[in-house]
Amino acid sequence: MILDSKIPSGDLADKWEDHKFHMKLINPANRRKHDIIVIGSGLAGASAAATLGGLGYNVSCFCFQDSPRRAHSIAAQGGINAAKNYQGDGDSVHRLFYDTIKGGDFRAREANVHRLAEVSRNIIDQCVAQGVPFARDYGGLLDNRSFGGAQVSRTFYARGQTGQQLLLGAYSALNREINRGTVKMYSRKEMLEIVLVDGKARGVIIRDLVTGEITTHSGDAVIMATGGYGNVFYLSTNAKGCNVTATWRAHKKGAGFANPCYTQIHPTCIPVSGDYQSKLTLMSESLRNDGRVWVPSKKGDTRAAFEIPEAERDYYLERKYPSYGNLAPRDIASRSAKEACDAGRGVGPGGLGVYLDFADAIKRVGEDGIKKKYGNLFHMYQKITAENPYKSPMRIYPAVHYTMGGLWVDYNLMSNIPGLFVLGEANFSDHGANRLGASALMQGLADGYFVVPFTLANYIASEKLDKVKTTDAPFTDAAEAVKQRTQKFLSIKGGRSVDSFHKELGHVMWDKCGMARDKAGLEAAIVKIPKLREEFWQNVNVLGENENLNQSLERAGRVADFLEFGELMCQDALHREESCGGHFRSEHQTEDGEAKRNDEKFCYVGVWEHKGEGKKAELNKEALEFTDVKLATRSYK
Amino acid sequence: MKLCDRIFGSPVGAKMLMALTGLMLTGFVLAHLSGNLLLYAGQEKFNAYADGLQALGLLLWVARGGLLTAFVLHLYLAIKLTIENKAARPVPYAHEATIQATFASRYMVHTGLLMFAFIVYHLAHFTFKVTSPEIASLTPGDAYSMVILGFSEPVVSGFYILAMAALATHLRHGVSSAFQSFGLYHGNLNVVTDKLGPIVAAIVFFGFSSIPVSVLMGCLK
Amino acid sequence: MDVTLHVWRQKNAKAKGAMEIIEGKDISENSSFLEMLDTVNETLHSKGQEPIAFDHDCREGICGACSLVINGEPHGPEYGTTTCQLHMRSFKNGQHIFIEPWRAKAFPVIRDLIVDREAFDRIQQAGGFVSVNTGSPQDANCLPIPKHDADKAFDAAVCIGCGACVAACKNASPMLFVAAKVSQLALLPQGQPERESRVLAMVDQMQKEGFGNCTNQYECEAACPKEISVEHIARMNREYLRASLLEEAPKAGHGGD
Repeated sequence: MILDSKIPSGDLADKWEDHKFHMKLINPANRRKHDIIVIGSGLAGASAAATLGGLGYNVSCFCFQDSPRRAHSIAAQGGINAAKNYQGDGDSVHRLFYDTIKGGDFRAREANVHRLAEVSRNIIDQCVAQGVPFARDYGGLLDNRSFGGAQVSRTFYARGQTGQQLLLGAYSALNREINRGTVKMYSRKEMLEIVLVDGKARGVIIRDLVTGEITTHSGDAVIMATGGYGNVFYLSTNAKGCNVTATWRAHKKGAGFANPCYTQIHPTCIPVSGDYQSKLTLMSESLRNDGRVWVPSKKGDTRAAFEIPEAERDYYLERKYPSYGNLAPRDIASRSAKEACDAGRGVGPGGLGVYLDFADAIKRVGEDGIKKKYGNLFHMYQKITAENPYKSPMRIYPAVHYTMGGLWVDYNLMSNIPGLFVLGEANFSDHGANRLGASALMQGLADGYFVVPFTLANYIASEKLDKVKTTDAPFTDAAEAVKQRTQKFLSIKGGRSVDSFHKELGHVMWDKCGMARDKAGLEAAIVKIPKLREEFWQNVNVLGENENLNQSLERAGRVADFLEFGELMCQDALHREESCGGHFRSEHQTEDGEAKRNDEKFCYVGVWEHKGEGKKAELNKEALEFTDVKLATRSYK
Repeated sequence: MKLCDRIFGSPVGAKMLMALTGLMLTGFVLAHLSGNLLLYAGQEKFNAYADGLQALGLLLWVARGGLLTAFVLHLYLAIKLTIENKAARPVPYAHEATIQATFASRYMVHTGLLMFAFIVYHLAHFTFKVTSPEIASLTPGDAYSMVILGFSEPVVSGFYILAMAALATHLRHGVSSAFQSFGLYHGNLNVVTDKLGPIVAAIVFFGFSSIPVSVLMGCLK
Repeated sequence: MDVTLHVWRQKNAKAKGAMEIIEGKDISENSSFLEMLDTVNETLHSKGQEPIAFDHDCREGICGACSLVINGEPHGPEYGTTTCQLHMRSFKNGQHIFIEPWRAKAFPVIRDLIVDREAFDRIQQAGGFVSVNTGSPQDANCLPIPKHDADKAFDAAVCIGCGACVAACKNASPMLFVAAKVSQLALLPQGQPERESRVLAMVDQMQKEGFGNCTNQYECEAACPKEISVEHIARMNREYLRASLLEEAPKAGHGGD
């Protein structure tokens, strides 16, 4: 596998501007001759489709939801970072770049991250122009809040539903293009295969989720903006529909999968309450601006929160990380919570929870002040737990939230398959081993609005792309394979439901490849998962038929892919004999339990190559070179 | 022409026209009521008022024309919108429930139809005088006696009071709702417009009903 | 707890549907309404019966996918709550629960409790946007917006497009949904250049989709999981009147010199 990152030469700060100038353009009148396929309609997909449509390309956009507006970007709560320095507290492009690199535990590409920090400013301008109602102060100017891993206020927000407002902004831009006829939107359609012609991505196979019809679509390039794979854990904060299928299908056709073991466990989620639970709910990180995290100092303290006096509480984040306190980055906050619970100091059922206490903040700004800032989050908490967080502290526990790994892409966001561009959470590029809060929205929109429109034009203008027909063999073969696979699910008629397999896989993943991983556990998982997969293919029972809307059938395909992907994830976690960011190997920690990186051996992107059914994937490495920042031990003390 | 389409053809325009004609009819009802209340001032004054109305001549016909137009439009829109609304939900819910809609708002069509029946009867009763020979045989111009005679029949009075209850229910929703249709539902204004419907409804019901009640109780002779 | 469900079952858009009685046994009262359905579905599956199909995705009340009419009320009995955020503790042991899809001609049933809501997308496509190309607009802070206006616009912008307003309305009217977008952009300076064309286009499209008319009963407001006020419908009515009066006949295009 050739991994050419295509990072432009020159000074870090000039790379993107220079690169933009040197890339080829396509004449406005010629753009409509090029068909572009976009898979996914979240922040990255919708913004890319809208922008490319606006430029005049002929875009087809697909999503499995019933409307592009429902993509899971919508659930992002806290905010979006941008180096605007509106608060005058010392922010700059370089600081955002540095914070992101450091937050990612020095496992991201410098050039990509710098570009992200540069265009972050354009995103805010663009979104405001679209009518996104960001929070404002009384002077009518934009307001900011702080987020984990930063000592400046650079997070723009729209109450506790920033993702929703940004996505609706992108959705409205998309709607405008649909109205103008440059984008054709396909809802309730799932991409089940990518089609390569002469080694280039030239099309996709789509299943209509309502009628079961399989259709083929061709284009000059395929953009995948299909989100992350957090649902491999079954329980996560992801939407139920989030899946790895699109990227996994591409991987099996040759795309490298980078750093799959990098998963982000978000520290502030509502704890699991029972077996019936279908998903976990995030409480925005912004809550840590005002909430204080604590557990009882004593082991096995079963008193109610209000009965525990101040002196017998351990505000462990403030104690361990005085300079960042409750705003320590996510990986660190999560591990600290796990540590406290493992030590028997957790609260709530099963001792799997810590307190997030607003008593001080309520004393300071009053219940109304808190309500104004976080009203919807408090409301949500109350709905789910039937506890009043204004009166007693919230109980929180870490949960799988985001995946930093994804398909490998070069500086142009193109995978090693020419013509396959990967954006947003689906790629691996910007967050290294840990993503900072409020950076996912930034990356999704940066990729879609401000990066891919340039790099895709350059690709199309530079390549000789012969006409392809959907009646050609590569298309019909792929379509046939999809049909057979669908029929296979329906014909097994075993004894277990799809969900039961998914839950079991999730348990294995969480136990062995969750917040802390070790060699023995990962090896056990690598034995267990293939067995489970084998059972799935013999004993799954998918009722109903292909021709009607069939949710079990949809899930069967996704779970089948998770059952393959989970193994790769464990393999990656096993090979990476270091702790960095979201990847914590128990064998590699400092004396006080902090992650211990091994820059000498592991300062690279681990890219896995599919070698065929039943064969072990092969590891390829892209070395990470740091010219502007010095590799250092991450400290938030 | 476009404007015409927008007003007659669009759901928002139709709503406004419904509100406008409704308010015109409400204005008539209130004027009618204030005239009727002159009954309490005695036979002479009331008959003078009735004569005065007749003396308006052409102006009266213009008013009648306007009223008729508003009435026909109101009726036409009601029928049109009701048909459209029924078509918009071809399969009803097996379990119907109402969260906050008022009784009045849910039965606008019914109270409206009742009003239509009432108007037909009312015109036949007092204007064309075809329902009872006694009224037809009264001296022309003595409207006062006509009212007393008309309401001395308890069944007739009962029907009038019932009809006024329907009218009041119709107005209770209709008047407040008209302001919303015009877009006048906003902040402090709501305090007024929300109450306007119930107030007008109460005035209309008690004002009109007091007359047959007074006649039956012998207060008006 | 145990509950008796009366669920609308329908194989596909063309098939005839009917209410079916399904027992829900051993349901945790801490589970959400959708988790209750998951549990019931597992039981159905174990008996070889097809699970109940229902729309859902984020399960945290923001994507707008979930859409059930529960005992006659869209999203069930709790105020300001989506079905996915509704918990079984809101119901009694042994209760009969009627679960039906959104009912409207413009929202045809696709399967069981799932309806097609693309009509909403088409209304937004007609004009629910600010025409701005991706590029270099002015700096965001060059456009100060009074906090009051921004907050009001936000109150409308929280719409999740679930369709509960249509389901609740006795006339299946989507006025609250349409008004939320019209109102949001009418309140913001960014929305001004297309203020008139937007409201006219969106109302036109709404009409074409075969929805009913608003009769100001405010069931939509009561059912809206995001508590959007009917004040926004009033604003849309004003906007519509204003736009109708100001509307001019379109002129022929001009290709430039």
